[in-house]
Amino acid sequence: MEHIRTTKVEQVKLLDRFSTSNKSLTGTLYLTATHLLFIDSSRRETWILHHHIAAVEKLPLTTSGCPLVIQCKNFRIVHFVVPRERDCHDVYNSLLQLSRTAKYEELYAFSYNPKQNESEQVKGWQLIDLAEEYKRMGVPNDYWQLSDANRDYKICETYPRDLYVPRTASKPIIVGSSKFRSKGRFPVLSYYHKDKKAAICRCSQPLSGFSARCLEDEHMLQAISKANPSNRYMYVMDTRPKLNAMANRAAGKGYENEDNYSNIRFQFVGIENIHVMRSSLQKLLEVSGTKGLSVNDFLSGLESSGWLRHIKAVLDAAVFLVKAIAVESASVLVHCSDGWDRTSQVCSLGALLLDSYYRTIKGFMVLIEKDWISFGHKFSDRCCQLDGDPKEISPVFTQFLESVWNLMEQFPQAFEYNEAFLLQIHEHVHSCQFGNFLGNCQKEREELKLKEKTYSLWPFLLDEQKKYQNPLYSPDFSPELTLLEPNTVSFNFKFWRNMYHQFDRSMHPRQSVYDLIMNMSEQNKQLEKDIKELEAKIKQKNGQPDAVILKEHQQSAHPAPVALKTPPCFKKEQPLIPVNDAVRTIEGSNTADNRYSEFMEEFSKAEPAVVSLEYGVARMTC
Amino acid sequence: MDLSRFTAQHPPPAPPPCTRLRWRNSALHSSAIENHTEIQGKSLTVTRTSGEQFAELIKTPRADNAVLHGPRCPAVRGTLCLTGHHLIFSSRRKEGGEELWLLHANIDCVEKRFVGSLGTIVIKCKDLRIIQLDIPGMEECLNIASSIEALSTLDSITLMYPFFYRPMFEVVEDGWRSYLPEQEFELLSSVTDEWRLSCANKDFSVCPTYPPVVIIPKCIDDEALRKVAVFRYGGRFPVLSYYHKKNGMVMMRSSQPLTGTNGRRCKEDEKLINATLRPGKRGYIIDTRSLNVAQQARAKGGGFEQEVYYPQWRRIHKCIERFNILQESLIKLVEACNDQSHNMDRWLSKLEASNWLTHIKEILTAACLAAQCIDREGASVLVHGSDGTDSTLQVTSLAQIILDPRCRTIRGFEALVVREWLQAGHPFQLRCAQSAYSNTKQKWEAPVFLLFLDCVWQILRQFPCSFEFNEQFLIMLFEHAYASQFGTFLGNNENERSKLKLTQKTMSLWSWVNRSEELARFKNPLFEANSLVIWPSVAPQSLQLWEGVFLRWNRPSKFLDEAQEEVLNIINYNRELQAKVNALRRQLAELETDDRMQENLTDSTPVRAPWLRGSVDLNENPLLPS
Repeated sequence: MEHIRTTKVEQVKLLDRFSTSNKSLTGTLYLTATHLLFIDSSRRETWILHHHIAAVEKLPLTTSGCPLVIQCKNFRIVHFVVPRERDCHDVYNSLLQLSRTAKYEELYAFSYNPKQNESEQVKGWQLIDLAEEYKRMGVPNDYWQLSDANRDYKICETYPRDLYVPRTASKPIIVGSSKFRSKGRFPVLSYYHKDKKAAICRCSQPLSGFSARCLEDEHMLQAISKANPSNRYMYVMDTRPKLNAMANRAAGKGYENEDNYSNIRFQFVGIENIHVMRSSLQKLLEVSGTKGLSVNDFLSGLESSGWLRHIKAVLDAAVFLVKAIAVESASVLVHCSDGWDRTSQVCSLGALLLDSYYRTIKGFMVLIEKDWISFGHKFSDRCCQLDGDPKEISPVFTQFLESVWNLMEQFPQAFEYNEAFLLQIHEHVHSCQFGNFLGNCQKEREELKLKEKTYSLWPFLLDEQKKYQNPLYSPDFSPELTLLEPNTVSFNFKFWRNMYHQFDRSMHPRQSVYDLIMNMSEQNKQLEKDIKELEAKIKQKNGQPDAVILKEHQQSAHPAPVALKTPPCFKKEQPLIPVNDAVRTIEGSNTADNRYSEFMEEFSKAEPAVVSLEYGVARMTC
Repeated sequence: MDLSRFTAQHPPPAPPPCTRLRWRNSALHSSAIENHTEIQGKSLTVTRTSGEQFAELIKTPRADNAVLHGPRCPAVRGTLCLTGHHLIFSSRRKEGGEELWLLHANIDCVEKRFVGSLGTIVIKCKDLRIIQLDIPGMEECLNIASSIEALSTLDSITLMYPFFYRPMFEVVEDGWRSYLPEQEFELLSSVTDEWRLSCANKDFSVCPTYPPVVIIPKCIDDEALRKVAVFRYGGRFPVLSYYHKKNGMVMMRSSQPLTGTNGRRCKEDEKLINATLRPGKRGYIIDTRSLNVAQQARAKGGGFEQEVYYPQWRRIHKCIERFNILQESLIKLVEACNDQSHNMDRWLSKLEASNWLTHIKEILTAACLAAQCIDREGASVLVHGSDGTDSTLQVTSLAQIILDPRCRTIRGFEALVVREWLQAGHPFQLRCAQSAYSNTKQKWEAPVFLLFLDCVWQILRQFPCSFEFNEQFLIMLFEHAYASQFGTFLGNNENERSKLKLTQKTMSLWSWVNRSEELARFKNPLFEANSLVIWPSVAPQSLQLWEGVFLRWNRPSKFLDEAQEEVLNIINYNRELQAKVNALRRQLAELETDDRMQENLTDSTPVRAPWLRGSVDLNENPLLPS
């Protein structure tokens, strides 16, 4: 609280991000310990969590006041104009302080209280149980076992305690292999394919330099290939571009030499590193944030940002992995440099393509817990939870979500969850409101006592899962759907407007088929219930020993509803269902949302009172 | 995920009896497809009657053992037949009758190549599909290729299929009489009496590209009209395009005024367009050319309205590209879409280089501007470019879709196409002579109408519940504009159509479309009449490639189709349940009414209206609004 120099500023203008005429809303700005809040004159509230703020910028003073631009990690960009420079300066400085947290304990998750009691909190953390998940995959089994080598994080600090390794990999092999791998991240099981008996394993790059070898590591890989009775060859996928991997050799790292390892097939798949990804996203946002953007500038910006190329590269890598397993029944070892960014992307997407469980709501949570959280994707660094090295920030997890979204576009019925689910997870990865994504690895999380001091996100998402359910989901409509075979031809990848412009409402379709169908299938459930109730009531009525009524009823019930005469009390069909309001909200829209011409800006008169304009959108209920 | 395309797509049409090959030319109409023996019977007769014209063009009418490679289908071996108007391929399989019927008119370009004595013909169609035929025997192959080439580029319109086609369905409604200007005027005169029908052009002498009757301000007599026609390019004087009931504002369209370099004026022209203004109000002239182009036009005798003579009008220039620039754009776009080997950068740069989406944005922006002037500014609008037959029509028709809910219904949209495209004299015959694969690049070929349909699709995507029709309807119109068994899109204007006697000699597309069997395929299940003005977003992030047309033959759509089906199932199930709940509720109410009556008979307590209790009970039902 000591950072807050001013808690309330009045007469602040919120500018429309894309308007060329500086259209704005006037209202009051509040600063709280956790949020920035703007309430405009029509009482509409905009809440911005301090942790979501990626950058605050004070622009040069203008005649109308001092502009303040806030960029958020969830891609919201707000542009305020504060009338007095001093206020602006105060808000700016406060936000700078508030958005930069030095210690984990100052994060929102440690103060967030969702009114759960302790046992609920504990139960919430137990919701996702990875031991249970490995059991579901079918391990331990004859080939794979749980290793206690990392029980105390002695071998690898950034791995979880429980690791699954081939039965034939003895402790000395594990220890030796881990010493030959960057950050000690030796090959372990990520996913086991029961039917094919093939495994996805993950690790970091070997410390091979130009010629170093390590017998234990070679044994380790051999153990993995031997643990697969269906195919003794295994693939080693280096997810980096070959050039990067070669450059690493000079630093004593590198990649596996096929001559030293028996039965491996080595493959580069060329996903760029975190720095390339960071600047790619930055370029993408620059382009998409341009006022009065032309189609060609948008497309060439999209191209030069390289963003979609990177998404395609990630999915292509996952497709390669899946082919190795599904077609050749071969196990695959995946690594990049440290094995926590690209490796997480490829392993988790591969599993998602192979196993329909990960396409359920619960399964997706498990997947994120397993391949991202437990295996030490550095959420804290990558999402800049604490004030740290800006070079560590990278949208690696966002790319994973975007890849999943692309799959959802290609297979609309294969996923139990919807786009809103992905967006909500993205929101909370950055919000620091729940404990799940805090810290960089499990060891750190245990030290922070997150399970006692914070809450898990997943039970909250499950509670509101109705919002995240895909109404078209069909778990078993097609057996071939267990395995998804996406088509990664370039034109299948689209700009994810609902992610990068989720707060720019004027760009979205005004009516959403998806919402409509979602509401409708919700309504269908209600109707089914009502039918049962009504039938029960009618049955009850008919149960009355009254011959006349019985006769009446038979007449009306049997010759089907068509034969029903309208009783005197129903002059008109009863209007159906209040849900309808939600289902059938028809929207027109506001010209002012759309910039058809600079000329338009001359049209600054008040909106004619044709329809009640709310949020710049006309609502009509029928 | 983006589901909007599902609305637009449709319940896949009921599969014809022989469905394994789904690439039947949809220009063949479906009742004919469903009874293909009859079709064969008929096409045989056609070949016979028109035999003289076509026999010499068909040197090899039949090739056995040909192999057909269709888009996304395994190769099929079978027999190829050429008739006067169709290329027919039937697989060898006796049962199942896999057949492809392709209208020659749908063929945009034919390429042939040889490997040994095996010839291959690649046929590229105007609907953008590409098929490949392997034909054994060099001579047969050459003959067939040259026949196809000749048959697909017939010079005489009267030799085209619509003049031979006999419908296999019962004509309930003659589409040629469905949307007459007189009917449109009747609708108009019920809300305003400031306009009149003029028959000055009944012999097409005033303006050869206008229909015989047009709607003009009441205060302008035919004599003045003739003078205005002389002042406007091609005689296209300003006529009423749209009347906005909400505020009485109008949209007119015309061609450029012939001011020339010395600034000619025409008082009648000024009077005509001023007649649409309310006292003291200003109007807007939307010129679909850039200021530069408009100024250059003066050197060729054209020009634009000058402020001095039109002080009450404000001119806005909104540049929309024309002719070969658009055709080039289409060619580049289709080329980009057809090459699946492009990496991401190449695909995006090709998409950009095609400029297609830029044109979409330009057209939509101009249309929104016109609509905005009318609805938000309460001003009348005159739209023109140079000829008033292309970009002008794109703008006026799209503005109506934005403003007028009627244009978003099936019949309303058909009326719009008739009024603003066919009767307004968009030269379909010239513009749609060739599509994306044409080698002979002619100046007059341009996908003006396709761009219009694409713009409609963009709006449909943004307002998926506000249109009675779906994406399939738009795709169907695209196909028929380029190749059809119907006469609707033949000719360049009403003058030509009347000379061709299309109404007597050919069938109207609308006669077929407006039958309930066909309409079912084109209806949007999510449609809920929306009486509001719908303003689309024209931000590049909101515009999308129309996959239903441009990627239609390039990507498998199985999963998308199935999802679409599921959407339909949910909607239909919802309707079923609602009907059932209503029926049950009525039944319950009836029972309760009877209860009451019984009580009243036996009980002598003061009578309460039975329906009161009934409705109270109903209100307890959680389903009803409290």
